[in-house]
Amino acid sequence: MESTAVKEYTYKDFASDQEVRWCPGCDDYVILRAMQKALPEMGVKKEDVVFISGIGCSSRFPYYMDTYGMHSIHGRAPAIATGVKLANPNLSVWVITGDGDAMAIGGNHFIHLLRRNVDLNIILFNNEIYGLTKGQFSPTSTVGLKTKSSPYGNTQPPFIPGELAIGAQARFFGRIGGNTPKEMTQIFIECEKFKGTSLIEVLQNCPIFNDGCFSQYTDKAVRADMQLFVEHGKPMIFGKERDKGLILNGLKLEVVTIGENGIEQEDLLIHNAKEQDPTLHQMLVRLRYPLVTGIIRSFDDITLEERQKEQTAEVKAKSSFMKVDDLFFSGDTYKVN
Amino acid sequence: MITTEENIKQEVLEAVIIRFVGDSGDGMQLTGTQFSDTSAMFGNDIATFPNYPAEIRAPQGSLYGVSGFQVHIGSVEISTPGDEVDLLVAMNPAGLKTNLHAVKPGHTIIVDTDAFTKKNLAKAEYESNPLEDGSLENYRVIEVTMTSLTKEALKEIKGLDNKSIVRSKNMFALGMVYWMYNRSTDHTIAFFNKKFKSKPQIVEANTKVLNTGYYFAETLELIPNAYTIAPAKMKPGTYKIIMGNTATAWGFLAAAEKSGLDLFISSYPITPASDIFNEFVKHKHFGVKALQAEDEIAGITSAIGASFAGNLAITMTSGPGLALKGEALGLAMIIELPLVVINVQRGGPSTGLPTKTEQSDLLQSLYGRNGESPVIVIAASTPANCFDFAYEAAKLTIEHMTPVILLSDGYIASGSAPWKIKSVADMPEIKNNIIKEANENWHTYDRDENTLARKWPIPGTKGLEHRVGGLEKDRITGNVSYIADNHEYMTKIRAEKIKRVQNYIPNLTTEFTDNGDLLVIGWGGTYGSLYSSVKQLKDEGYKNIGLAHFNYINPMPKNTETVLKQFKKIVVCELNTGQFAKVLKINFNGFEFLQFNKIQGLPFGNSELTEKFKQLISS
Repeated sequence: MESTAVKEYTYKDFASDQEVRWCPGCDDYVILRAMQKALPEMGVKKEDVVFISGIGCSSRFPYYMDTYGMHSIHGRAPAIATGVKLANPNLSVWVITGDGDAMAIGGNHFIHLLRRNVDLNIILFNNEIYGLTKGQFSPTSTVGLKTKSSPYGNTQPPFIPGELAIGAQARFFGRIGGNTPKEMTQIFIECEKFKGTSLIEVLQNCPIFNDGCFSQYTDKAVRADMQLFVEHGKPMIFGKERDKGLILNGLKLEVVTIGENGIEQEDLLIHNAKEQDPTLHQMLVRLRYPLVTGIIRSFDDITLEERQKEQTAEVKAKSSFMKVDDLFFSGDTYKVN
Repeated sequence: MITTEENIKQEVLEAVIIRFVGDSGDGMQLTGTQFSDTSAMFGNDIATFPNYPAEIRAPQGSLYGVSGFQVHIGSVEISTPGDEVDLLVAMNPAGLKTNLHAVKPGHTIIVDTDAFTKKNLAKAEYESNPLEDGSLENYRVIEVTMTSLTKEALKEIKGLDNKSIVRSKNMFALGMVYWMYNRSTDHTIAFFNKKFKSKPQIVEANTKVLNTGYYFAETLELIPNAYTIAPAKMKPGTYKIIMGNTATAWGFLAAAEKSGLDLFISSYPITPASDIFNEFVKHKHFGVKALQAEDEIAGITSAIGASFAGNLAITMTSGPGLALKGEALGLAMIIELPLVVINVQRGGPSTGLPTKTEQSDLLQSLYGRNGESPVIVIAASTPANCFDFAYEAAKLTIEHMTPVILLSDGYIASGSAPWKIKSVADMPEIKNNIIKEANENWHTYDRDENTLARKWPIPGTKGLEHRVGGLEKDRITGNVSYIADNHEYMTKIRAEKIKRVQNYIPNLTTEFTDNGDLLVIGWGGTYGSLYSSVKQLKDEGYKNIGLAHFNYINPMPKNTETVLKQFKKIVVCELNTGQFAKVLKINFNGFEFLQFNKIQGLPFGNSELTEKFKQLISS
């Protein structure tokens, strides 16, 4: 979709008449507004937009969007969205999910959607906690985290969502802080432009049950020093002073300082999101210092619906069956008089 | 074409049951299919049933590796593959051992004596050779050195390896049986020519062996006569032999074309339902959209997504899969979208008996979901009417905007019978509830005043943007509602919507008599067994026994109670411990529902049914 088209809508056109009921201070509000602002920029028609969610705090999202939507059952949004998209490939289909919804109860659908590369978009609200059930650890909670269901500390090692996703052949993966609405809006627009399954992990703060879980990366004061916001074709540079960067040292990424040990900006890695080989993307996803945000991977590939369309056209071209009657009366039939 | 010489003594039979058995690799399914197709084309009524092991390639010669195919042909109406057989063709000792019990005493067994080696006898756990120890003296055994005769017949044909030669011995057996029942070999030879088009050698070899078997039977003095089974009186029309699972898939193809909706199917492979999916995906030329899902849950949920987007969406499964689909079925019910779940029942619980038949998913279909979540439940009852009930399931789900569970079972799904081909033009209209334009008064949960169906607003339609979901809905807007009265209202109206389907389905009919001493009740795949048993009793002079067979389970036909009242006794026959009897008891007071149940993974046998009915009439 061309974003240069005359804008038909403003963000208000995408707000439903339902009162938003998330807790005060929740990043979900930021995501909702970023989405409502991104949609008018995408050039899609309102009636062609479908939001499908599972269960959890994040999954109330479709109720607040004045588009087509379904608040479904726990973990199944990727499968439902796949059905929607295959039934009508012209639709712009969005999956709204959380860390528990996508990677615990719905883990199977999540990985298979990524593997198949259906052209739809997943917004993963990662808050490293179960909010709606009032504070149990999730599949992304850190080891040791004390929660309602882990009073002595979580003993289960977490998934890194991007690592799991790229392992499942995700062609598009982006990560963004829940408190950076401008960048978020832009990423959502990129997400829609991408043909294939695009996954955005939003580091979404839960002010009630897991407050501050990302603050070491997302707080305004530390953000520039702790986050590397990657852009395709640009050097991997970060820091308040724009003096830090990444180089590859053997099989490891290494943080270097420009001007120290003879390092110049030209020595830094240039981000290639479009590379098919996911090795470097995986390394970026796993990195904790700096935490990499932005579009980490964006590899163009044929989508499932394109494959299916091609196959159907081929089969149709070769077949002599136009109507089902042609099938019914074909082959070994016999007459009784 | 080979014709039977006039001097052969001909005996005319009404019907005959033949079973071909051998090793999994002996080609028994093909042999049986060829015989039944040829007989159908000759004009006989037929019913067939394959019986093969769950293991794909069981060890050669083993008892559990026996594969069989039974065919019942007649000049009279045939409604089941039959119980005891008139002719058993056993290609090895294991086949003989596992099937001997099914042969009527005094009837014929053809064996390939070459297969009765020491090694094979041991594998079949025979202590002595049954061909020599007198244990078969109550049968007419025709011993044929089939493997050697096949080798001999093919020695002139060059370039055939030993394996291919031995493999064609099933055609020798088929040739013999063709002669015995006065059947032409034409259809099978035509089949070879088509199937092995690029391998003229194989065509030649198979034709040669088939003819050799035919002539061998003709000249063999051990076979006293050939039998004739005249064509059956069937309704005029064009027919085709069809398997239940194929008929099910075709019913939906017809419904999609008739309704003008795209067909979307999604499922996870499971025995014995997989063949329905396998059939659908052959027909992408009709634009069928198919997804082999990652699991049962994705099968149904992707179908829900497709239905939300305006397709006719189908998912198919068997017992354990239906359990997994339960939560999603509840979602489809509360958001009131069309969806068909086909459940080809098999022996349960848990993994149970995957390749065997049973009717034990009835209560699961009716009640196996959380909350109050009624859905339409209908059941096909013959391989051929799987077509009609598939079509009906699609029609009901589209017209009433509620999920439908279509029940089939392993017996009718894998069985085949003649199907009088229906043209899509002759099928009833399907009216959908799709709303194309927004008007100001439109609400998500507005209902049709007759059916109570809501409208079907499809993404892509301007002005109808709306949200649905699994949370309780406001009765009009469809927005989330926690209001107490609204929940009760919605629960009741969803139930009422299903109940009103009664106004759109046919009345229950009674066969043989409308009133009398005993009403036999059945549902689903047992129809053939029950029909033939009640018919037999009627032929024997029992005038006061009727049969009422249910295809509509939820809701039941309006006149059900009236039918029940016309009989002194009622017996409900099911392949479970009495699930439908329970349902009848809940719904109809003042009746005693006697039961006849069988839980062996097998269909009802004719003799057990007739015996039971006679006992009930006389007591």
